[in-house]
Amino acid sequence: MNLFAKLYYPLRKAWKAVGLYLVIAGPGIVVMVADNDAGGITTYAATGAKYGYHLIWFLLILIPVAYYVQEMTVRLGAITKRGHAEAIFDGFGAFWGWFSLLDLLFLDWLTLVTEFVGMTSALAIFGVPPWITVIAVILLMALIVLNGRYWTFEKLALLFCALNLVYIPGAFLVHPSVRDIVHQGLIPNFAGGFNGQLFFFLMANIGTTIAPWMLFFQQSAVVDKGMLEKDIPWGRFDTLLGSIITVVVAVFIVIVTGTVLPGIDIDDAAQAAHELMKTDRYVGTFLAIGLFDAGLLGAICISLASSWAFGEIFGWAHSLNTKIRQAPWFYATYFLMLVTAGLVVLIPQAPLVLITLFVQVIAVTLLPAALVFLILLLNDRTTMGERCNTPTQNLIGGFIVVSIIILSTLYGFSVLFPNLFK
Amino acid sequence: MSAFRNLFAKIRAINARYHEPRMTMSGAVRLSLLVLRVYLLALVALMIYKFILILTQG
Repeated sequence: MNLFAKLYYPLRKAWKAVGLYLVIAGPGIVVMVADNDAGGITTYAATGAKYGYHLIWFLLILIPVAYYVQEMTVRLGAITKRGHAEAIFDGFGAFWGWFSLLDLLFLDWLTLVTEFVGMTSALAIFGVPPWITVIAVILLMALIVLNGRYWTFEKLALLFCALNLVYIPGAFLVHPSVRDIVHQGLIPNFAGGFNGQLFFFLMANIGTTIAPWMLFFQQSAVVDKGMLEKDIPWGRFDTLLGSIITVVVAVFIVIVTGTVLPGIDIDDAAQAAHELMKTDRYVGTFLAIGLFDAGLLGAICISLASSWAFGEIFGWAHSLNTKIRQAPWFYATYFLMLVTAGLVVLIPQAPLVLITLFVQVIAVTLLPAALVFLILLLNDRTTMGERCNTPTQNLIGGFIVVSIIILSTLYGFSVLFPNLFK
Repeated sequence: MSAFRNLFAKIRAINARYHEPRMTMSGAVRLSLLVLRVYLLALVALMIYKFILILTQG
């Protein structure tokens, strides 16, 4: 009885905290899990197949990297009540604003095409023709956003995030050696020595973990959700949890392909799913379902990031809490991007490889700019007040940003000039 | 045509609204933006070079 009395209040407090978190939860987890999009799944599958468990430690390092960058958008959104695009226009003027907005639009559209490529190739494994996939995806995404409530969108997106965890049981099905994972994966090492190809894979993994649209999406989502300054600690926790989940999922994908497909060159995740089907039907199915889910979640978030950004700048109503009649331009931008990107995939002989290459190169132009703006905006004491970056945050954030800029630039170079690092 | 006129009017209004950057242009901010400009110009030059290479090498 005494023990119950002692535990009652701490447990009630903890339960209240969980309840409060569930209200605040969303932008951080959704953006982070959506980051494991079709391109991300391909990168992780290829990494596992090429290097086995040897790069798991590197993926774990990406948890704080992703957290520190995205956490800044939570503070910026909660304090300024402005999306990232509007913050750039306001802070740096029309030139940098238009540059960021148009670059984001172009990059998001190209990335959307790659998401459709992932989704159509995932369902093609089950015999679904691409045109049915494209129509079904557009209808499903219409159902998700047209209900006129941010809350419903977010909870549905969280459901798709949960589906992203399908790789975890998949990894258990292939019976990996835990001893090998610990010995090879958790101790920093460079399998086969540090060479150009390994460097390319490291850069690709960073490139898939931090993407420009993520900054725009999370900040706008924080604003649309109506998060306040007092919610920042929960927003931080949400972002941290999201960073952990996204890397854990990536690690499990690496474990799956590292166990079943060691030494095989993987060009896309659908190829990995095909190969896995030959060894274990269920694991291949899991990978294909996960690839479709990743593409869908990525497509939802990427098209929203653009619609929010355009709404902010053009002064259109731009909230998921509005009906289609109240915010016609917001939803028109959303569907225009979606439908045109879906149609590109259906064009016979469309240059999809070239588009994928372009995505990586254009991302390199927007990412450094977005990150530099982010750091500068977070140091603007007039706007941020006490939530301004501390010297320690600037040191950590600055180091991460400079490292990402250098590595993503080198990645862009290696995509443009493939022989550079060989 | 009126839709285009409205669009251009809207763009002009946006340009006017955000004509002056609100952030204080301290030395560090100016330097960061200058470095960013140089970086982006270099990247665009590199992409043009690559494009020419693709064209000339078939």
